[in-house]
Amino acid sequence: MTESPARRMTPLRRVRGLGSAHSGTRDFWHLRVTSVAGIPLTIAFIVIVASLLGRNHAAVVQILGSPLVAIIMLLFIINMAYHMWIGMQEIVLDYFHDEYIKFSLLMANTFFVFAVTFASVFAILKLSFGV
Amino acid sequence: MAELQTRSMTGPARQRPLSPHLQIYRPMLTMMMSIVHRITGGALYYGMLLLAWWLIAAASGPNAYATFEAFIGSVIGRLILFGFTWALIHHALGGIRHLIWDTIHGFEPAERELLAVATLVGSIVLTLLLWGVCYLMIGGPR
Repeated sequence: MTESPARRMTPLRRVRGLGSAHSGTRDFWHLRVTSVAGIPLTIAFIVIVASLLGRNHAAVVQILGSPLVAIIMLLFIINMAYHMWIGMQEIVLDYFHDEYIKFSLLMANTFFVFAVTFASVFAILKLSFGV
Repeated sequence: MAELQTRSMTGPARQRPLSPHLQIYRPMLTMMMSIVHRITGGALYYGMLLLAWWLIAAASGPNAYATFEAFIGSVIGRLILFGFTWALIHHALGGIRHLIWDTIHGFEPAERELLAVATLVGSIVLTLLLWGVCYLMIGGPR
């Protein structure tokens, strides 16, 4: 890595800028919160998916649209979406140091997570409320 | 501080020692598990597309759902789903390992080796067990 001397940051400068993501330890903590929440939610998700295997479309629609299943699925998706948004951001910050590439990928990460999450959430709400 | 800043602004670029990169180290289980944890995390990231497809197909109607079922029931579809299952369980167990480390426990050589082996063996056993139970539930591979 070749860095110009002016761009080299002292530890104090890094702390003032709150690190490469400019958000301090918030993401570290939120990654832990979502991973703890993810344990029971993932178990519930696996049970739901396993119980739907081999069922026809009508049965799947009915079960996925029932309140308890839908709520667990929504919690799982939103929790995991936030978790993977932070995780992918961490990967990008670790491997990409060029500012343009870094911020483009961070933006792409946000777009991807929002698109996948909104699509999944919309599908579950549609299954729940019908039509 | 001022002196430091001035020197870093005007001084010649000095070659500072850098820590060696990954390839200099002998591959170790704990190191491999760390890499696999990140890879499975990245794979699950894109695996969420599969979940979204399934839900959208279910919400769209019988035809869209049949298309999804045809894909996920194919050999490639099953392989992807099997990989997804293993990645999910491995990443979950690896995450629990990290949560244990967050409490400043499990850092002794024997402990961290045990945690690494437990994660790897646990993920494989649980994945096979889950698929076995699911196949039994739906009455064998179809």
